[in-house]
Amino acid sequence: MSAHVEDAHAHDDHGHHPKETFITKYIFSQDHKMIAKQYLITGTIMGVIGVMMSLMMRMQIAWPEEPNVIFKALLGKWAPEGVMDADIYLALVTIHGTIMVFFVLTAGLSGTFSNLLIPLQIGARDMASGFLNMVSYWLFFISSVIMVCSFFVEAGPAAAGWTIYPPLSALPLAQGGSGMGMTLWLVSMAIFIASSLLGSLNYVVTVINLRTKGMSMTRLPLTIWAFFVTAIIGIISFPVLLSAALLLIMDRSFGTSFFLSDIFIQGEVLHYQGGSPVLFEHLFWFLGHPEVYIVLLPALGITSEIIATNSRKPIFGYRAMVASILAIAFLSTIVWGHHMFISGMNPFLGSVFTFTTLLIAIPSAVKAFNYITTLWKGNLQMNPAMLFSIGLVSTFITGGLTGIILGDSALDINVHDTYFVVAHFHLVMGISALYGMFAGIYHWFPKMFGRMLNKKLGYIHFWVTAVCAYGVFFPMHFIGMAGLPRRYYTNSNFPLFDDLANVNVVITLFALIGGVFQLVFLYNFFASIFYGKKAVQNPWRSNTMEWTTPVEHIHGNWPGAIPEVHRWAYDYSKPGHEDDFVPQTVPMYEGEEELQH
Amino acid sequence: MDLTQGTLEEKTNRSKKMMLYFGIASLIMSFAGWTSAFIVSSSRPDWLADFKMPTAFIVSVFVILASSITLFVAKKALKENNRSLTTIMLLVTFALGIYFIINQFNGFAEIIAAGYNFTGPTSNVTMSYIYLIAVVHIAHVVVGLICLLVVIYNHFKQKYTAEHKLGFDLASTFWHFVDILWVYLFLFLYFLA
Repeated sequence: MSAHVEDAHAHDDHGHHPKETFITKYIFSQDHKMIAKQYLITGTIMGVIGVMMSLMMRMQIAWPEEPNVIFKALLGKWAPEGVMDADIYLALVTIHGTIMVFFVLTAGLSGTFSNLLIPLQIGARDMASGFLNMVSYWLFFISSVIMVCSFFVEAGPAAAGWTIYPPLSALPLAQGGSGMGMTLWLVSMAIFIASSLLGSLNYVVTVINLRTKGMSMTRLPLTIWAFFVTAIIGIISFPVLLSAALLLIMDRSFGTSFFLSDIFIQGEVLHYQGGSPVLFEHLFWFLGHPEVYIVLLPALGITSEIIATNSRKPIFGYRAMVASILAIAFLSTIVWGHHMFISGMNPFLGSVFTFTTLLIAIPSAVKAFNYITTLWKGNLQMNPAMLFSIGLVSTFITGGLTGIILGDSALDINVHDTYFVVAHFHLVMGISALYGMFAGIYHWFPKMFGRMLNKKLGYIHFWVTAVCAYGVFFPMHFIGMAGLPRRYYTNSNFPLFDDLANVNVVITLFALIGGVFQLVFLYNFFASIFYGKKAVQNPWRSNTMEWTTPVEHIHGNWPGAIPEVHRWAYDYSKPGHEDDFVPQTVPMYEGEEELQH
Repeated sequence: MDLTQGTLEEKTNRSKKMMLYFGIASLIMSFAGWTSAFIVSSSRPDWLADFKMPTAFIVSVFVILASSITLFVAKKALKENNRSLTTIMLLVTFALGIYFIINQFNGFAEIIAAGYNFTGPTSNVTMSYIYLIAVVHIAHVVVGLICLLVVIYNHFKQKYTAEHKLGFDLASTFWHFVDILWVYLFLFLYFLA
């Protein structure tokens, strides 16, 4: 036996691994599985912070300027007598957006699942560069710490919105948050971009070069396709944000006027002249829009995998799915102008952006239809991962439909900067991506920690979250159409909106219930790491390669040689086979035909 | 080419080269960001239309092109196991890199002498752009020089052979990129400024 194993080692590239200490195993680990867990835990903590901020904002909107013990406890000097300060409300809007978009749904989602699944599902021992992977995580960690620390500077954190438009972001004296808070925001994001680039470079070259024998690009699971394309979008679009940020820093600190025009502050004329904030908006949204798909595509990939596995059916239209991922990625880089319809941009240009934006509906619809046709007449296994995946399809469609309205420049003008927009993007990218993340956690928890999550708690978590998410965001469409502007600290000064006050209370109640029930998930997550039911090797009877590795993590993933791949990842319920699943590593029997895909 | 084949070492070497290519793609995108901002801003009323590039910048183009050629010769010499020529050419490349940076600063001095400042109330946006783009490029040249230093050190330690020269290849790819980047930036600024 041992001779046989050693023989396998000799033939395979099984690197020598030095002895591990606590520090190399748990802190400065270069093992992709541990780095994935680090990303997940950090992302979860950032998520808790981000959600708490949104709940405080909701309480302020529902009961404007009323004293509240929670504000007093959490906001300290920003809530004198327990009444939330207007400045901190803007800061909460800003940091909530930044944390959720970048730290939770970019790093937390891509960082966790790309790291965990890319080597495991393509049959690699580890990422192409374990060292850069480790550096990527620690840069993310440092940027998270800096972002959270910005809450503790004297004048408060950045308050210019997560889009940091100048002049609020460019003039340190413009408002409280424009000073030290904004500087920390920029430093944190610069480090975050470096982290994201290192991660993305690793993901891309690993997928291209480290696949096991037989794993051709057309046999890749759709999860890997999604992570791969996401990483490419990241490489293309994040550097442009860095360019914009550098120009902004020049304006802020070195007295150039790239984005600043004639401005007075406190009655004093500043020397800036001729600059244009619209230029910043162009540069920002060249990242900003692809960023939406950086957030969404991994969730869609995870959903493809989970829906096929739990319908016990091949994914419908594999090639169409891949093509639509590529189409979405391409289109995402040429639609940024639809964020700027009312910025004074040339209306003709607006109509061009309307056209490209509406084109995205086509690949998105292909994906939605393929999910539904995969579910159709499937042998559905309704576990929590599956429920969250179906939830994603639901919110993706609901949010996507309002996207068609907002993408049209003529219609957008009426609801621009209202709660209609808030409802749209929270459903289509916020909640959808969050559902994808939850689905991924429920599905791959056994792979990460060797134990199962509690199913019953998962059901409670899903149903309360699903009802509350719609309870929060559905009414927002209506108050948005009634004209309620987003990001306002209070609406009580406008009698026009008095009728909407009760709707806001309802929304806030849903938000609070939904927020509190996330504690069920957190309890389930942390308790199951230590006390969950022990997992078997392939708990979901899935085809992909990660389930051929042992439950206990080992460096290098597979003992002995890496298995070869003989088929695509979606041979579920294939006639001629005893089981209703055929793992990718099972050779074709004689005369078996590869499914058309 | 079937990229699933090959030993782990071949696969890893391939990955590292490819990682540099994708890294370069992302650097190109950041420069695309600045140069497109430059084009957009050129319609501003305070844009400097009648401005001549400093002569030092033109010299820089030839200096950095020469450094690319010397590095190319160094690599060829390494392939032919001509170690002394490799050493000389590497050192010449490094020296040309240093000279390039000095020359860029001479260029900045020329611009200031012509009466244009880069920042502050007396600045002009065209100059701010040129200055920013050139300085960011210099930062890349500095990174390239650090890579060259590592290569020179390793070469003295006799770590590279005709077959095993991954580090050398990576450094030279990056250096050629930095070189082409300046040629592009110069032509861009020359014809659009």
